[in-house]
Amino acid sequence: MRPCRSTPEAAPDATKRSGGQYYRPSVDIVERTDELTLLAEMPGVKPGEIDIDFKDGLLSITGRVEQRQGEDTHYLLQEFGVGDYYRTFQISEHIDTGRITAEFHNGVLMLHLPKVETLKPRKIAVQVG
Amino acid sequence: MMRRGANHPVYQLRDEMDRLFNGFFPSAARAANAVSGRSFPAMNVWEHGDQLFVEAEVPGLTGQQIEISVVGNSLTIQGNPPAVEAASAAGAAVETFHRRERAVGGFTRSIALPVEIDAEQVSAKLENGVLLITLPKAEKAKPRKVQVNVT
Repeated sequence: MRPCRSTPEAAPDATKRSGGQYYRPSVDIVERTDELTLLAEMPGVKPGEIDIDFKDGLLSITGRVEQRQGEDTHYLLQEFGVGDYYRTFQISEHIDTGRITAEFHNGVLMLHLPKVETLKPRKIAVQVG
Repeated sequence: MMRRGANHPVYQLRDEMDRLFNGFFPSAARAANAVSGRSFPAMNVWEHGDQLFVEAEVPGLTGQQIEISVVGNSLTIQGNPPAVEAASAAGAAVETFHRRERAVGGFTRSIALPVEIDAEQVSAKLENGVLLITLPKAEKAKPRKVQVNVT
């Protein structure tokens, strides 16, 4: 069974923001040799409405979503709500913040977090004496 | 898959992330997120005039990967994502998944609509991972104004 989008929850720093109700995007985080790749599901967000902030190892992702239907819409079936997305991650890897890139396709944010060069594993040849 | 000791840096990273995730999100909320037994994709259905609207969240799918069919008052949505996950399609070998929450694989879901639909007139659009299907009611399901003749 495929999981659905999570129910709304108060973000940890909700007091800093108006409203305080956010949806928590489902994510995949994959580590490769040279980068961490993060995929976050944020259906309904327009590409220009995403904020990504990375500071002191804390990554935060915010996606603003405008209501698509009026408040007076009479739902025959309502299985999901519509609202802003927010989630934070503590990343302990050393990330080269200047080279972070992001793409957004079909409601999925793909974030590339390249590791700092020096931390990449190096092959060290063993000299046979 | 390579076997690694628990002290390998990769696992240390994961442990730390998990710990911090637990810290950020209260366990009650996490439990609520572990939605089980719910149908995918989640749908909203509403009615406006002579039309029904169905909205579904299908992040990651393209229009070509979605099939919609209507028979009578039954609507079926099918999703056929490619076998290779986007995350591993870039070519580089995947080392470790630190988080794997996104749904994997295809789906089929059918729902019964409250009225019969004019299947010929059904249209759908996909925008930023949200599918909106417009379903005009069949002629016989439309409300009809009946003139009362005063004699």
